[in-house]
Formats: sequence, C-alpha cells, structure tokens
Amino acid sequence: MAESGTFEPVSPEAGEERRNGGRPNGRLGSLARIAEPVLNGLRERFKADLDDRDPDFIREQLPLSWLLSSIWFRGEVRGMSRIPEEGPVLLVGNHSGGNLTPDTTVFTLAFCAYFGVERPFYQLAHNLVLASPIGPFLKRFGTVAASHENANKALSSGAAVLVYPGGDWEVHRPSWHRNEVDFNGRKGFIRLALNADVPIVPVVSVGGQETALFLSHGERLSKLLRLDKLFRLKVLPISISLPWIINAGDMFGHLPLPAKITVEAMEPIHLREQFGRNPDVDEVYEHVTGVMQDRLDGLAAERRLPVIG
Amino acid sequence: MRIEQKLTVSAPPAMVWGHIIEPSNYIEFMDGVTRWEVDGDKRTGLGARYRMLIHVGSAEVGGLIEIVEWNPERDLAWSSVTGVDQRGRWRLRDHGDGRTELTFRFAYGVGGAGITGLIAERVAARPLRRRFRRSLLEVKRAVEHRRFQSEVGKGVRAPL
Repeated sequence: MAESGTFEPVSPEAGEERRNGGRPNGRLGSLARIAEPVLNGLRERFKADLDDRDPDFIREQLPLSWLLSSIWFRGEVRGMSRIPEEGPVLLVGNHSGGNLTPDTTVFTLAFCAYFGVERPFYQLAHNLVLASPIGPFLKRFGTVAASHENANKALSSGAAVLVYPGGDWEVHRPSWHRNEVDFNGRKGFIRLALNADVPIVPVVSVGGQETALFLSHGERLSKLLRLDKLFRLKVLPISISLPWIINAGDMFGHLPLPAKITVEAMEPIHLREQFGRNPDVDEVYEHVTGVMQDRLDGLAAERRLPVIG
Repeated sequence: MRIEQKLTVSAPPAMVWGHIIEPSNYIEFMDGVTRWEVDGDKRTGLGARYRMLIHVGSAEVGGLIEIVEWNPERDLAWSSVTGVDQRGRWRLRDHGDGRTELTFRFAYGVGGAGITGLIAERVAARPLRRRFRRSLLEVKRAVEHRRFQSEVGKGVRAPL
C-alpha cells in the first residue's frame, strides 16, 4: 500500500475496487461482503464499552459463582485487604486451568463480595473469549478485550483492572509446570501501569493447573495451522480432560476436576516509588515475576496432594 | 433465608446491651467477621453505619450496613446499604431474675438470583448458623465474665 502523497499507477480493477470502498472484486469481493457483517460484529464485541458492565447482573450471578468457588473449587482467597480500598489499580495474576480459568472465577467472586459490585472492576480477556458464545455474558461481568486502549480507558475511569499477562500461553502450560509463573516475557502490563500511573497488585493463585492434565502448549501445531496469524492464538493446547479424554484446543472447554484453588493478593507495588521516575521495564518485570514466584512456591508448599490440596 | 439463634445470658439486659452496641467488640465475638469498622461520624445509635465483612465459604461477604432500629436494652436492627442484602437483629428480653434472653436473627439473600440464589442461601445457612451459635456463646462468656468481675469488685461472693 502506498504512503499518502505518493503516486501509484491504478489498474482498472483496482480503480473499481477503490470505488467499492476498498473491497476486492470477484469471488474474493463476494466473500468479503459476506464476511463484513460478521467481522463488524466481532469488532463490536472487542470494543471496550465500559457501560456494558452491569452491577445488578453481577449481583444476581454471585450465588452461582459462590457455589462454584466454595463447593467445587473449595476456594480460599487471602490478602484482599492489601488491595487499595479505592482508586485505579492493576491486578496482575498468574493464570491457570485452560480456557475455563477457575482462578478468575474464584478471584472475581472474592473481589465483588469484598468491595461490593458497586466498585468498578474490569477483567482483560483474549479476543476469542469475547467472540465466543459466552462473550456477551462476560462483558456484563466487566470483561473487556485485552488491549492497551481498553485497559487505559478502564484505569483512567478509576476502575480496578485484572490482567493475566501470561494469558493463553500460561493457562495451557503443562501440568508439571503448574507451580511456575510464566508470562512468556510479556511486559505490556508494566508499561500500562506506568502510563496510567497506578500501583500493581500481584495476585498469585495455585491449583488451577490441576483441573485437567495439561500436556503441551501445542505451539508448533498452532503455527502449522496459522492460528497465530488468524486469531492471535500462539497455542493449540493438548490435554487429558473430562469429558473428551484427549482434548485438543480446549475450544469447548472441559469439566474441571474439583481442585482446591488458593488465591492470594500481595502488597501493592508502586513502580515510581520503588524503581525511580523512569523505571527499567526489564528490572520491574524481574521483580514482579520474582515476588510472585516466591509466593507461588509458598502456596505450593502448603499443598499435600494435587487436586485435593 | 433467615437464621435465628437464641440463648440465656446470666446478666441483666443493660450489660448485654452494653456489649453488643460497642462496634469494636464485633471483631472479637462475631465468629468469622474480618471487619467491623465505623463509617462516618456516628459511632452507635440509629443511623450509625459500619463496613462489615464475614467469611462465608470462599469469600468475605458483607458491605455497608446501617442501624435502622434502636430500642435500648430491647432491640437493635441493621440493614444493608451496599453489598449483599442482609438484615440483622439483636433482641433482648429480661427474664426478671438478673438474666437476659438473647436472640440473634440474620436474614440474607440476593434478589433476582433465581434457583442458584435459593441453593446458595441454603448451602450458606449451615456454616452461618454455626458461626452465629459460637458468636452468641462468646457474647454470653464475655458478659458473664464482666458481671462476675464487677460482683467480685463489689465484694459479692461468686457462685461456685
């Protein structure tokens, strides 16, 4: 594509293409016209309309979350009093449990019960999660597509934002790496906290990776099928889980084993107070992942048996 | 869902009342309560507000509550302003022989939650009932201990 101000010879087909509003002609054009409403629908889903969050709806869903969290996952949440009582804050968690992410269920319930559904609270999620059939449900819960734009919008409105930097990579790590914090080198959350000038509260959880037997990220398979280019999917995970037994992709979720989930919110990290006016992102990354790994080691040491806790 | 627990305290209503109206006592005697803080200038009495949280299952549940009924040495009731819908009530009745019948009622629920709300309310009732029983026993222990100390201080012989 030419930069603005430069001359480019235009073929008759290309000229018509431009007159069609940039849409290609022929079969490709028909396909594009058919796909356009679908793509527009998806774009709408990824937009962060903070008003989509519905406190009354969240209040009505709390009993279901509470039953899942308390009975099925025997959730235990510690350190909620360490989260600043008010104002914007970036909650940074390690992520586990495949596409079902039980740690999010347990922590979101704990946050809404502790601070009340009145406190604005948003969760960043992968585009595909919001594009899935449960996307509209999650949007009412305050889930928005993970992007700097959406996160900045939420933080500047004074909300608490929960982000899982490890995302799709970390949730599908093999079960034998279950007690490891693995953000895959993603540091965007630090730039986000610096830009918005908000504290980071690390939220460490253990147990989620015991809800199935996760075998492989399946990165090679994802690349082979070009999923990384098409859907920003770096992985095509393979696991042994109910009811599928062999589960590739975890696209339809799975029945999670009732593993005990323990979550702990840690002391806030004020980046500029702790690392100076212009913090080194790599240094902050090492610090945040380091303190989280230490706490995760502590929580893991408390567990006697997988799943049982 | 409503839970009620009742017992008799060997102390006059004034002593029991003095114990349950003091907000700083709640963190001591209310089993599972992790927070009971005064919100605003008014510490006790009608209209006083508290931020409270109690451990139920995997979460600390509560919110802002306000005292909506204040009948000294007889009734004290609160209602939630934010958070999970709840109403609490202390009911004190004089037995006439220096003893007080103390009743604690707690009603809670989530309007509009449907069947899951009903199930959750019933599941939560069991641990809450146990917590409130322990809380009442703790009030009884603390108030009777104070009564015993005041009587010893006055030179009254303690019962064996």
